[in-house]
Amino acid sequence: MISVKNVDKIFGDNHVLKNISADFEAGKTNMIIGASGSGKTVLMKSIIGLHRINNGRIEYDGRNLPDMKMSDIRILRREVGMLFQGSALFDSLSVLENVMYPLEMFSRTSKEEMKDRAITCLKRVDLPEHSYHLAPSEISGGMQKRVAIARAISLQPKYLFCDEPNSGLDPKTSLIIDQLISEITHEFNITTIINSHDMNSVMEIGEHIIFINKGEKAWEGSKEDIFHVENEELNDFVFASELYQKVKKANQ
Amino acid sequence: MNIFQDTGKYTLLMKRVLVAPDRWRMFFRQLPKELEKLGLQSLPIVVIISIFIGAIMTIQTKLNTENPMLPTYSTGLVTRDTLLLEFSSTILCLILAGKIGSNIASEIGTMRITEQIDALEIMGVNSANYLILPKIVAFVFMMPFLVIFSMTIGLVGGYLVGVFSDIITTADYLLGIQYAFIPYYVFYSLVKSLVFAFIISSVAAYYGYYAYGGALDVGKASTNAVVNGSILILFFNLLITNVMLN
Repeated sequence: MISVKNVDKIFGDNHVLKNISADFEAGKTNMIIGASGSGKTVLMKSIIGLHRINNGRIEYDGRNLPDMKMSDIRILRREVGMLFQGSALFDSLSVLENVMYPLEMFSRTSKEEMKDRAITCLKRVDLPEHSYHLAPSEISGGMQKRVAIARAISLQPKYLFCDEPNSGLDPKTSLIIDQLISEITHEFNITTIINSHDMNSVMEIGEHIIFINKGEKAWEGSKEDIFHVENEELNDFVFASELYQKVKKANQ
Repeated sequence: MNIFQDTGKYTLLMKRVLVAPDRWRMFFRQLPKELEKLGLQSLPIVVIISIFIGAIMTIQTKLNTENPMLPTYSTGLVTRDTLLLEFSSTILCLILAGKIGSNIASEIGTMRITEQIDALEIMGVNSANYLILPKIVAFVFMMPFLVIFSMTIGLVGGYLVGVFSDIITTADYLLGIQYAFIPYYVFYSLVKSLVFAFIISSVAAYYGYYAYGGALDVGKASTNAVVNGSILILFFNLLITNVMLN
């Protein structure tokens, strides 16, 4: 479980995160939602430790990240997998080598065992075998996301972070990626935190949702609760499209 | 103010770069790739520039020393010493600052803006060490070979002037390049080249590593790497020359 307690983050005169607290449970797809510029990416980067927070605690199963030394943070990060918005696959490596990379850096197993593990991960995300030796630039955006998921789970992480996992994908591929993240979360009991502003994703896999507005936690609940909330900012965000207005009416 | 900030950031980056790699196996996998990319792939440009500069220098020296008081071998001697002392180390490094510097800065800068460096950091990898150390080691290792190669090819360029024109005889030229040879000049040149290689690779890596924004910013990082790398080369050239030749 990851616990965020009274977190503040300030860039110069800009108070980006204001006293945010939340618990992200293991085995659940936790979602951080909010409009662009609301501070959700800063919150995720702060949780991972890419931004140093000004105040508060970020606990990974009791281990407070801001108190840790860099060497301890590096060890903790071996328990973390991350899916980036743009996949962030290494251009110079093939698909298979990308998935093998964390294993080669941190596991002490033989090359054959590493290759087997990488192939298992690639099979888990349903990547066709003919693409294993292709460069990331030679495969589609959806396939790149699958490879990134395979790389993220290769070291069997306890914590998985996904930053806008559906960005740039068509609705069908988005759904497949969402389902894949959800399945992996439940299968391996991972603490998953997903950063998104895609309401389809929220409705599909959001088990625990946090809504960030202007750097503050404006709402917290489940996807079922979202239809019955009297929060103006949340309603503006969630029901911005005509489709979701109709869904809301149907639910009420 | 910026210069102090940059110097501080550069020093902190080098502190992260110049440590033992997390995995030596990964380092030795990267090293041959960098040796090939930064060293061997620079050979064609080194050959082309050195042969032409060697030839041009010979012609210009001959035309500017048309004096019966000067011995006939002086053209070869001046060409050799200019190549050894300045061209094959400093000028060649300034040219390579453009080629290698922009290559390193744009490669690392692109990795930064496409979040590949963040991905390494999140995996718990010392990204600065993993990405930059093999480049510095490879380029510092290859540079003396490139310099010696440039000296040789430059002298061959001068010799070809003797062969294909009547500006100078090959016998005078060959006598000139052997006359009063001071081996220390080669040592001085190699020491300079090692320092310059470190400057080119580390400064370019610094600008690439701290690039942010988009493609335009990677271009800016690349330009900054070349300009500031070149200025530092000139500054250290003066410093080393003062120390080693004074």
